Amino acid sequence: MINFDNVSKQYKNSNTPALDGINLSIEQGDFVFLVGQSGSGKSSLLRLLLKEEKPTSGTVTVDGINVAKLPNRKVPAFRRTMGIVFQDFRLLPGKTVFDNVAFGMEVIGKSKKEIQQRIPAILELVGLEEKAHRLPSELSGGEQQRVALARAFVNKPKLLLADEPTGNLDPSTSVGIMKLLDRINRTGTTIVMATHDVAIVDQMRKRIVQMENGKIIRDQERGMYGHTGQ
Amino acid sequence: MRFSFVSKEVGNGLRRNFTMTVALIVSVAVSLSLVGAALLMSAQVDRMKGYWYDKIEVSIFLCGNTSVAFTCTGAVTAEQRTNIETVLGSLESVQEIFYESSADAYAQFKEQFAGSAILANISPDALPESFRVKLDNPENFEKVAGALQSVQGVESIQDQRQLLDRFFQILKGLQSFALAIALAMLFVTVLLVMNTVRVAAFARRRETSIMRSVGASNMSIRLPFILEAAVAAIIGSTLATAGILASKYWLIDAKLAPNLTFIPFVTWSEVLAIVPMLYLVGVGTTVLAASITLRRYLKG
Repeated sequence: MINFDNVSKQYKNSNTPALDGINLSIEQGDFVFLVGQSGSGKSSLLRLLLKEEKPTSGTVTVDGINVAKLPNRKVPAFRRTMGIVFQDFRLLPGKTVFDNVAFGMEVIGKSKKEIQQRIPAILELVGLEEKAHRLPSELSGGEQQRVALARAFVNKPKLLLADEPTGNLDPSTSVGIMKLLDRINRTGTTIVMATHDVAIVDQMRKRIVQMENGKIIRDQERGMYGHTGQ
Repeated sequence: MRFSFVSKEVGNGLRRNFTMTVALIVSVAVSLSLVGAALLMSAQVDRMKGYWYDKIEVSIFLCGNTSVAFTCTGAVTAEQRTNIETVLGSLESVQEIFYESSADAYAQFKEQFAGSAILANISPDALPESFRVKLDNPENFEKVAGALQSVQGVESIQDQRQLLDRFFQILKGLQSFALAIALAMLFVTVLLVMNTVRVAAFARRRETSIMRSVGASNMSIRLPFILEAAVAAIIGSTLATAGILASKYWLIDAKLAPNLTFIPFVTWSEVLAIVPMLYLVGVGTTVLAASITLRRYLKG
């Protein structure tokens, strides 16, 4: 599904590489935690997957596609195969829950009929079917992140990227979000989640890729955050 | 990309950016009115040229008793007159030749200046006899003048076109002036479009970043912005068109044409021919400016 082959990334105004010789392989249906301190390279890694940046050397392939060689006009179609959630939710403040999720379908040209059929089901999946006509400002942080997850997942992407999705949430709310991600993962969607959240990582017992100074220093199945397992 | 979705976005954008939209509409309307005025003036000049060039003649004045030109030795003789007529007849560009004797000229003069004091001071002798020559094309004056200027018995050759051309030059000057202001206004419009689009793109950076992350195509991200500019341009062009049509109806047809009957004015079909050009310039300029701006501010 995802393959990093000796990937390095050097930003123009920096002395040290953001990514330094990364080799990483993620299979379809995997659930991977990307952990490490701020500045360790997690976000750079996600950015390369989205083609927001190009690698300085090495190749990144997603679903058989060499991301760096993807022409710009094909980037939108490429992004449709993945869903993205962020720490700050990124909802549209003037739109209701329903419309926020619908936005993700409207911009890629889905019909009204498809939208009307699909959205109640996805809101039910994230547990917000009762709040479809509320505005984001009327929701709690956890609920807003559920809306963002619904929008990311509404087009059934093969890959879901999550950049610190629980970063703004309290621990008990975070658990709810993780359960949701787990459910999405069980539908066969690959999930790559960058996080700092020790408790979450330890609880989930999923694959852990730990980064430091642009290098992978640990890649462990069913790992725990502060534990090397050796 | 669904039509209802795009039109909803465009409507929202225009409403949110209301003052800028109004500024844009007015700017487009003013600059296009000037473009329209310049085009109208150019059509007017063409029409007058066509009308008057058809009527103008070259006058070849023949020597009289008091002439001092080197080709004159007293009044023109019958022989010289026949010779001049033969030379004229041999020229290719000459279409018609009229002969006007001093008496004819005096009769016409009397008619033109009836009741004026000038009449008392003029005798038929003071008005030279002449050939009035109609050319196939007024531009061929030089050929005729060249063939005749050293022929005995010819005192002077006058091209009526020269008189008209001075008048047309004034009109042309006005026209270029209007065009220059129009271009300056169009430039202002372009800057205004760029600024409006930039502000709109900044105000909606959240939407556009979300659109990009869910995989909306560049076209569908940019289209609402471009359409917003286009809608403002269409409204502005319509106002300018209304102004041009109104000036034809209330100014030219109602005020100028009845009082200046000797001037042929632009017709409705010529005025209507300008309208599509206004829309083309208005919408084309804004859409182009918007697209270029978005290329810079909404990178894919």
